[in-house]
Amino acid sequence: MSGTYLGMPAFPEAARTAVRDATLRGNLRHATHTIRAKRAKAVSEVSDWAALREAGKRIKDHTLRHLDRYLVQVEEAVTAAGGIVHWAADADEANRIVTRLVKETGESEVVKVKSMATQEIGLNEALEAEGIRAYETDLAELIVQLGKDRPSHILVPAIHRNRGEIRDIFRSEMSEWGRPAPDGLTDTPAELAEAARLHLREKFLRAKVGISGANFVVAETGTLVVVESEGNGRMCLTLPETLISVVGIEKIVPAWRDLEVFLQTLPRSSTAERMNPYTSMWTGTTDGDGPRTFHLVLLDNGRTDTLADEVGRQALRCIRCSACLNVCPVYERAGGHAYGSVYPGPIGAILSPQLRGTGSEIDASLPYASSLCGACYEVCPVAIDIPEVLVHLRERVVQGGPVIRHGNKVVLKPAKGHAAERAAMRAAQWALSHPGALRTGQRLASRTRRLHPRTLPGPGRAWTGSRDLPEVPAEPFRDWWQRTRGGRDGAK
Amino acid sequence: MSSRERILGRVRRALADVPRDDAPYERAVGRDCLREHGERTVAETVELLAENLADYRAVVHRCTAGDLASTVAGLLAARGSRTVLVPPGLDPDWLASSVAERVPDRAGSTAHELDRIDSVVTGCAVAVAETGTIVLDGSADQGRRRITLVPDHHICVVRVPGQVVSSVPQALERLDPARPLTWISGPSATSDIELDRVEGVHGPRTLEVVLVDDQSRDEVRS
Repeated sequence: MSGTYLGMPAFPEAARTAVRDATLRGNLRHATHTIRAKRAKAVSEVSDWAALREAGKRIKDHTLRHLDRYLVQVEEAVTAAGGIVHWAADADEANRIVTRLVKETGESEVVKVKSMATQEIGLNEALEAEGIRAYETDLAELIVQLGKDRPSHILVPAIHRNRGEIRDIFRSEMSEWGRPAPDGLTDTPAELAEAARLHLREKFLRAKVGISGANFVVAETGTLVVVESEGNGRMCLTLPETLISVVGIEKIVPAWRDLEVFLQTLPRSSTAERMNPYTSMWTGTTDGDGPRTFHLVLLDNGRTDTLADEVGRQALRCIRCSACLNVCPVYERAGGHAYGSVYPGPIGAILSPQLRGTGSEIDASLPYASSLCGACYEVCPVAIDIPEVLVHLRERVVQGGPVIRHGNKVVLKPAKGHAAERAAMRAAQWALSHPGALRTGQRLASRTRRLHPRTLPGPGRAWTGSRDLPEVPAEPFRDWWQRTRGGRDGAK
Repeated sequence: MSSRERILGRVRRALADVPRDDAPYERAVGRDCLREHGERTVAETVELLAENLADYRAVVHRCTAGDLASTVAGLLAARGSRTVLVPPGLDPDWLASSVAERVPDRAGSTAHELDRIDSVVTGCAVAVAETGTIVLDGSADQGRRRITLVPDHHICVVRVPGQVVSSVPQALERLDPARPLTWISGPSATSDIELDRVEGVHGPRTLEVVLVDDQSRDEVRS
């Protein structure tokens, strides 16, 4: 993933700084609460939501289980429709391919549709290094780019900025990149949107190369789908002569008909709309309409490693709606930057450590960036059991064991810093497999219960800092059962 | 080894747990989703389309086939449009009463030229009532994708009830994936500032949808 994130502190440290930022917390609280209520309403309009969610899950699962076949089918269909297909095993290869394709056009600037895949591989930085300027055209991406900032949300990368901050960024930075902000720009959202329209218009109209991702790729037809709101996507997809789409290999759906599920669930889950303003679908190239050259770059970059994990692979069902971010109590307080990845929030906490591995401090800490409350699973339109994967990844971090990295099997060492946890689990394992010892221990604990401290000493102190220790009952359950024969005859 | 082979190899190794006789697509996917939501008469479906279009700030007009030319002319005049883009296969009757200068949709037009044109008038391929969506498929009465993108004012004529379906699943059945498709639900908008919707960014800021009754024409003919 992007070098921007290398050396990020572990989640708890980054979050500690973030929660002290009152403006950030206010911005996030306002935005996430606005969207939560709206999403619930948009979902309640569809009486078969549960069935749509199940269908989305099944379509994605089936595709993933036969991904080799569907990848080849995509390649054939896109090629037959006039597109050119490239394969990129990792971020560097994808960046090299795109850079070469842009250079072949002779152009030194490109317009970009918001795309998680190109964020993930750090494409803008790679292009910049080769003297190619990439203009982000999504409003939120523009705010991030102008503010020399990092994205903090999948759908609304500038969610951490309020209208006043956005106005200040536009006023001070737009002139560096092109048309300056209008004089007397205020912080009303309509005026800010107008300023973005004027600033980007000249870039759209002269652009020769567009770069996008895709929300879906239909294997049977070779059709790509981009779902958007502002029209910047349509501009980038139809005005340039060359279009390059960088798409993760998990974006495939088998059949045209499958779109009926996702076109109903995605807009409602992301912007809480019945339908987003614009959806573009294109199959290869069309004579006289839109780009004459179309390149599709299929990106792995850790996806096949994720696919190799039978529990973790469900993260690849993600359609990047960001509903899980908007309901997450941890995200709402810590903000997106603390996750140290372009994929923040609950989905990021299971995706980043799988795409990048758990080698770095930040990635090893992400599976713990959750209270396991399950709200994310509840709202997920493809039913990714995020808590299940979080627990699975915690186990991987603590215990280590075999995983696939860059296509090869490696054995992870148990992480440092979990010694007390491991010792406690070993003790529990021993006690639970020795009934006599367990019984003696339980009785002892019951008899001495008045002497038990309310907080743990030593390394357990932090744990009981915010939790109550469970009270030990006066009598172990087994003893009670034997004495009363399970409470029969009303015995207590 | 090429990256293609490398990636396909990794995928196959990753899926070693998937049995050879894994459920085929039809069985694995299954579908219990509704084809449409709720029961409505044809007239109610058209009414729902009008409501949902308006809910996302499209301006909806209704007229009979006989009044279409004057309706379109009125909309162009009210906007003060001096120039209007015309797809090659647009029914000339639709613009018969308009005084705006007609600019044909040509392959050679540059984006800058399109940017100077006031309005565009098109038909559509299908309209979706439940979501308030019109879909363009690049047919002769709709033209190239960019003509409905660059001008700031789009008038889209929908023949009702013939071109109206209830739901997204029904719309997909009517569409040809080989054609370039644009699904439009209201004028361009953004939720990027504090996750609240604001209309009017890069696409046309004004979308007017004319629902023209195609049954009245049939009656006139018969």
